[in-house]
Amino acid sequence: MTAYLIQGARLYGEERADLLLTDGRIAATGSEAADAAPVGTVRIDADGLVALPGLVDLHTHLREPGREDAETVASGTRAAAAGGFTCVHAMANTTPTADTAGVVEQVWRLGQDAGWAEVRPIGAVTVGRAGTQLAELGAMADSAAAVRVFSDDGDCVHDPVLMRRALEYVKAFDGVVAQHAQEPRLTEGALMHEGVVSAELGLTGWPAVAEEAIIARDVLLAEHVGSRVHICHVSTAGSVEIIRWAKQRGIQVTAEVTPHHLVLTDEQVRGYDPQFKVNPPLRTAEDVAALRAALADGTIDIVATDHAPHPREAKDCEFAAAAMGMTGLETAVGVVAAAMIAPGEHAFTWADVARTLSTVPARIGRVPHQGRPLAPGEPAHVTLIDPERSWRVHPEDLHTASENTPFTDRELPAQVVATFFRGVATVLDGDVRNDREGAPA
Amino acid sequence: MRHLLSAADLSRAEAIEILDTAATMAATQSREIKKLPALRGRAVVNLFFEDSTRTRISFEAAAKRLSADVINFSAKGSSVSKGESLKDTAQTLQAMGADAVVIRHDASGAPQRLATSGWIDAPVINAGDGKHQHPTQALLDAYTIRRHLVADRTGAGLDGLRVAVVGDVLHSRVARSNVDLLHTLGAEVTLVAPPTLVPVGVETWPCQVCYDLDATLDEHTPDAVMMLRVQRERMSAAGGGFFPSAAEYSRRYGLDAARLSRLAEHTIVMHPGPMNRGLEISAQAADSPRSTVVEQVANGVAVRMAVLYLLLAGTDEGTHP
Repeated sequence: MTAYLIQGARLYGEERADLLLTDGRIAATGSEAADAAPVGTVRIDADGLVALPGLVDLHTHLREPGREDAETVASGTRAAAAGGFTCVHAMANTTPTADTAGVVEQVWRLGQDAGWAEVRPIGAVTVGRAGTQLAELGAMADSAAAVRVFSDDGDCVHDPVLMRRALEYVKAFDGVVAQHAQEPRLTEGALMHEGVVSAELGLTGWPAVAEEAIIARDVLLAEHVGSRVHICHVSTAGSVEIIRWAKQRGIQVTAEVTPHHLVLTDEQVRGYDPQFKVNPPLRTAEDVAALRAALADGTIDIVATDHAPHPREAKDCEFAAAAMGMTGLETAVGVVAAAMIAPGEHAFTWADVARTLSTVPARIGRVPHQGRPLAPGEPAHVTLIDPERSWRVHPEDLHTASENTPFTDRELPAQVVATFFRGVATVLDGDVRNDREGAPA
Repeated sequence: MRHLLSAADLSRAEAIEILDTAATMAATQSREIKKLPALRGRAVVNLFFEDSTRTRISFEAAAKRLSADVINFSAKGSSVSKGESLKDTAQTLQAMGADAVVIRHDASGAPQRLATSGWIDAPVINAGDGKHQHPTQALLDAYTIRRHLVADRTGAGLDGLRVAVVGDVLHSRVARSNVDLLHTLGAEVTLVAPPTLVPVGVETWPCQVCYDLDATLDEHTPDAVMMLRVQRERMSAAGGGFFPSAAEYSRRYGLDAARLSRLAEHTIVMHPGPMNRGLEISAQAADSPRSTVVEQVANGVAVRMAVLYLLLAGTDEGTHP
């Protein structure tokens, strides 16, 4: 297979060094790389680019099986590659639900066949995500898909006994329950954050307490049974405080924030544009500030996209009738740079991007060959980012099969230039490579 | 003014222009021949996604008295899953040559989507959207208040007048519209409701909030008391259990005979209808000489004539009444 010599990239945004990728591995770094390059090596001038380990998303909706009109495993992982990802965790809320070994293996195989990125299926916690009976978590863990993350995302595992059992049960195979924290009774009919804007717009509110109450309960449950728990898409300042408290107490809790919750607020909903309808909803400027601070200080461990594609008609309607969710794989790097690096409020560096978008999500998901150091002998999952190339988001230019980005016409300060997955360039010079080596015919 | 979507969009000058125009319209309605030629040949579509016979016939009467052609489109169940989308319905109306669309919808913001999504070109008039706005209701209420309580009316606002709005503020587009418009016109508004029926986030609204009707009547001494309809299903657990019983609501927040007797002599009693007699308003209050409930209905036609006239007649050579 083609060898690549990446010349002069700043590893983790720090020291300039060369990287030699051969046979799916990082063969050499630094001054030895050029000397070790075999005949026929493709040289990439990476002067000014940042090299990070391939990005890992812990929260991606690939929609297949069931909603192939919104996204497929192939189109979604292609979008992931365009966004710099070499691994995505496919959420379980498909049709049928990914609650059996059969479905998770199907999704895993579709990922293998597409070859854009590693697909790690997430298994549903309960049968049909109905919240009443545990799914066969062990069968999914033992399947070819080797599931380690379990989530009813889209719905909360709200029954406290069931949540306790799930937390306990997955310890047998070092799994983790990723909780969509939403108290269902407090959020019946909820359309947006409950506060000043919802009061004015007359849209039923989604109170912050509905998220915080579940997180508080679940960190205490995790402590009680000695399990780890992961909190999906944390969106409120109050949630941050509870997680900070839990971590200080030694509870094994990890948490994610989405890119959109780092930059958008409920003010965006004023035009009733369903592109800003998402669950959990966009919150206030104070919440955004707290989420950024928490990501910078490690209270929130990772960024996860919650990439949620929807067909056009699901957003081209009244706000109340619209689907919740926004795409995010291809805008994640730019949005995180805009939120965390560009403002300079927090000492957040490209090394922190590597930590929060690669190393730690791989660790939480127990993905053995992702999120590894940029060092000789490691798998050749590498992302090159131009930290100075700003670009404007146009939905038609994105590779996801859906158009529901909330960032249309927004200028983002950094762009993914190349992605290497197992040593194969899935993206090069900013172009996704349909004709890459090993691509399906 | 291209559309009428929210009372909050109206400047003081625009609001007063509508009220003054409504007064002119009302004056023509005592003539033997009530019909004016102003909108002859224009098509006004009443697009109602929610049942509301009162509002629909009020808009219909207003449009017909201006000689417009009226098309009534009743389309319950709007979401993509239930059938035809709002977008397709709107484009159908556009293709049929609607010159204005009067929309009533159970989804907050639907009129704004209709007006701003590029689906249609016609002016959009919000006839009530979800829990958001009902601007022509606020205009007819302001018109009614001005008629009763302002001496030199033409060109005047409602400066210094005190208005209490009592009832289910949380679910009420009438309350939101009135807070916005009455404030713009210079009135002081106090919302009175049990705390469960006041929205979280109310603190930025340009009004006072009080949980005690008796204190409001005694200390605030309102010039107008506007009672809001309370839906009985709000007290059940399925509806959210906002108050324990109809009887308790009525005791604490109903305008009963005793409270009626404590109002100042000039104070008017308003209700947007339909009333729940014996729940939020007693028969004594509803039928008292202070009650403007029936007059509000008549004023609604005049105000809607004014709105249709100002939105449509300006767009080409309309005739002044």
